[in-house]
Amino acid sequence: MREITIPISDETIRGLHVGEPVELTGIMLTGRDAVHKWMTETFIKKTREPKGDDLQVYTEIKKYIDRGVLYHCGPVVSGIDTKNYKFVAAGPTTSIREEPYQALVMQHFNLKGVIGKGGMGAKTLQGCVDTPGVYFHAVGGAATFLALTVQKVLGVYKLEEFGVPEAMWVIEVQKFPVVVTMDSHGQSKHSLLDESSHKVLDDLLARPY
Amino acid sequence: MRELTNEILELIRRTASSLPKDVEDRLRASIEKEEPGSAARGALETIMKNIELSRANSTPICQDTGTPIFYVHYPEGTSTRRLREQIRSALAEATKRSYMRPNAVDAIYDKNSGNNLGGDDFPYIHFEEVDADQPLVIELMLKGGGCENVGAQYSLPDNKLGAGRDLAGVRKVVLDAVQKAQGKGCAPGILGVSIGGDRGSSYVKSKEVLFSRMGVRNADPKLAELEERLTKEANELGIGPMGFGGQTTVLDTKITGMHRLPASYFVSVSYMCWAYRRRKMTVTGEAVEYD
Repeated sequence: MREITIPISDETIRGLHVGEPVELTGIMLTGRDAVHKWMTETFIKKTREPKGDDLQVYTEIKKYIDRGVLYHCGPVVSGIDTKNYKFVAAGPTTSIREEPYQALVMQHFNLKGVIGKGGMGAKTLQGCVDTPGVYFHAVGGAATFLALTVQKVLGVYKLEEFGVPEAMWVIEVQKFPVVVTMDSHGQSKHSLLDESSHKVLDDLLARPY
Repeated sequence: MRELTNEILELIRRTASSLPKDVEDRLRASIEKEEPGSAARGALETIMKNIELSRANSTPICQDTGTPIFYVHYPEGTSTRRLREQIRSALAEATKRSYMRPNAVDAIYDKNSGNNLGGDDFPYIHFEEVDADQPLVIELMLKGGGCENVGAQYSLPDNKLGAGRDLAGVRKVVLDAVQKAQGKGCAPGILGVSIGGDRGSSYVKSKEVLFSRMGVRNADPKLAELEERLTKEANELGIGPMGFGGQTTVLDTKITGMHRLPASYFVSVSYMCWAYRRRKMTVTGEAVEYD
């Protein structure tokens, strides 16, 4: 299987196509609903004033995700009281909820990859073409297995404000397995399957009971 | 009544980390149906490894430890108030031990309670009284948000799908729900379907039916036949594990019928992800048995 190290170059991204399994190694950031909303409103659309440690967090996370990867994940983490954090269970969450934000976030932060499950829509696909970047699909529910690829938790942002599942966790992973399901050439496995399964559905609906 | 907090804690640990054998067997059997080297087969192989690892490490199968749904069958005379307290303390302790992710978020203020307890409705606990000489049985199902979000309710007739108020119509809307879900509910899934009721009772029933084992058919031959047909036809859609494309989209279908108002005909579909976590404990006197 092809191994890719984070940060990722545009050239590597252009070489990836829908259906290809890949293993990722390097540092990534988790971020889901609260994070995408916060990023978009505070720093991209600027409809909300930065508050508290917002600006400082912004500067710090940029380092990690420039040419990097954002993982749609709300992990189970042990050691919350002692701050000796360990990822216990960390599979992907459903990505489509970030559809209103994703393309903007990819371009603003120069993200090369987004990991999640279930795929995303047309806006994000265009974001993959423009940035360029790809959508990596991880195996939903495989939380213990994926947590074991996390070698180290390097830090966490907005833990108090967003809570454990929604916080931004900085993690170092080794051989994190994914499949490319949306690429920078405008191909999406999800829209292809939606179409083909819709055709089958029409046939099934036409069958007599 | 004896104190059961620790025993309930053990029920939660088992439910979150150890997939029932009947589910595991179905998943394993589906591997051979997928092409060697395909993304679908890779997903199923990862799922099998994950099942083994989480059981061995007592860690959650899925990080979304879901809505905890308790069904308590209590002998006449048992204090349900005390049982509720014990269930709630066990859940808070399970969260502390990372068997469960803190999953209760105040919908108005967006604040996570941190211990899986939120208001009167989180966790969901249903009490059912049985005869005094019967054992106390506590069933637990953990249902993640991804699959809950792709659940659907139809009010028949549905003109767009050409679905009328009969089993032929039920078949059409269930297939539509599976097609719309794609891989988003973490396919391969298990379908809980209820026909009738009002909007609320119909959805509740569509989850309740998921407490039965894989392959258990409805006693009514008409519904049993539809269950098998729906599983087969849903798999013809080709959505496959995780929506990667493939042969296995649905592992099993469970249907139940209810009474309805003359004016209403609801069909509710609860989609359960492959991480179909349900366990049971039976308390007979001092003895506690887990399934």
